[in-house]
Amino acid sequence: MATTAKINVKHQDFLASLQAFFKSVLQQNDIGALLVPQHLPMKDVVMPTIVTDPEALDAADPLAPTFPLNAATLLSRLTRKPLETTIAAVLRPCEIRAFIELVKLKQGRTENLIIIGTDCLGAYPNNDYARVVEKEGSETTRKFYQNVLSGKNPPLEGFQVARACQACEHPVPEGADIVIELFGVDTEHEMFLEARTPAGEKLLAALNLPSAKEPDQRKKAIQTVVNERITYRDQMFDETRKRTETIEKLTRYLAGCVNCYNCRVACPVCYCRECVFVTDVFDHEPSQYLRWADRKKSIKLPTDTIFYHLTRLSHISTACVGCGQCTNACPNNIPVMELFRMVAHKTQQAFDYEPGRSLEEPPPLSVFKETEFPDLTGETEQLNH
Amino acid sequence: MDFEPTIIAFVCNWCTYTAADLAGTSRLIYPANIRLIRVMCTGMVDPKYVIKAFLEGADAVLVSGCHPGDCHYINGNYKARRRIKLLKEILPQFGFEPERLKLTWIGASDGIRFADTITEMVSEIRALGPSQVRGKMVL
Repeated sequence: MATTAKINVKHQDFLASLQAFFKSVLQQNDIGALLVPQHLPMKDVVMPTIVTDPEALDAADPLAPTFPLNAATLLSRLTRKPLETTIAAVLRPCEIRAFIELVKLKQGRTENLIIIGTDCLGAYPNNDYARVVEKEGSETTRKFYQNVLSGKNPPLEGFQVARACQACEHPVPEGADIVIELFGVDTEHEMFLEARTPAGEKLLAALNLPSAKEPDQRKKAIQTVVNERITYRDQMFDETRKRTETIEKLTRYLAGCVNCYNCRVACPVCYCRECVFVTDVFDHEPSQYLRWADRKKSIKLPTDTIFYHLTRLSHISTACVGCGQCTNACPNNIPVMELFRMVAHKTQQAFDYEPGRSLEEPPPLSVFKETEFPDLTGETEQLNH
Repeated sequence: MDFEPTIIAFVCNWCTYTAADLAGTSRLIYPANIRLIRVMCTGMVDPKYVIKAFLEGADAVLVSGCHPGDCHYINGNYKARRRIKLLKEILPQFGFEPERLKLTWIGASDGIRFADTITEMVSEIRALGPSQVRGKMVL
């Protein structure tokens, strides 16, 4: 079904071959732009960039173990209205899954879009990445992917990838048109590209690459990674549950929150154009605060902290892809991702929903069935009467 | 002192509120622990209304609307059912007993059923005891 193409890696430089591949993609007549993470010239920070000149890809590096933001939000902005040309976007699996959720909410389009996904080896929290680069310099990316793929743990001495990544059971980009394979691949010598959709096949065909069989050890390599991550994830759920199982504990867990709402801004699937928490609804009368304080003896300011997090959990946990950008964005080191993933796991199971799995599956809160959840209203009981 | 629960009820204008009205005009007696909030449709009860009620110390929350097929806005009650399902997955993870959140369908002519439902719910919550939020500082 899926077509796989092979590129021979020259001088054991996988990244250079990858950049050459991107260049050849951008040289296609119908592809007008490439969205790809690049090292910025002024500082070694890796950010998504839009490239229209095939010669301007020397700093492209989708394998750098960092993603300061989830690019789904950016791609949503780029595809909000039809473009005259096709964009190719190089994304991580969690970015693709978040983007698929946004498309379902009519906040993005897949027309004239080619998604190139990379197998994801994980990324460091923003603060750690800066320190990693200080230590490893320009060799960071190469050392990182080589070590991860050879099973070294931690991949770089002294640093562990973000917990979100360690707990992520979706290391392979499911919704991509073309997958850049890493697991089970000898990256020193070869690169495999897998077309998963007709659009992807068309692009691979246009590039005239020799077809190949996917490496035998790939399936097993992926399974090993997924199993490890699920084990880590379930342990993380257990720990988080113990820390949040009552409202008192949850309050302690979130005590450092200053209502900056960075987690919401960083969240790729928090979909409202204007969040209710910044509207007049929460512009309380000054006297209201005093009345609340009177009733409860004292209240903490800013108010509505737990309310905010529980509301966000109810609004977006079914769409949470676990990218961990909420934790990344928290100025007070609250493990937001752990909380959201724990709850999301339950809510997604309840509706048999997996965000990003398919464009055809509507978000669970946007649909209903006439007969469902009879136990909620005791209808099974009534029928017996 | 005996524990008297406070229950917040979001009731739809067309069915359950009318049933409450009928219970009143029929002089049916039910416990005064319930605080009715009339909404046009249960389909407008955002999960955050329920969450806010719990965080402010409600011992239980009732959402009650028209029977399936009877919604005056065609399908608002079906949407409400999904949201209550969602909340039933979320709130117990933070120690709220599932019994504290209830969804019922009570039609406009069901005054007796309304009174019975409230009586039953109040006694159930009375037995369950006060919400964990009472007397605690919730940020």
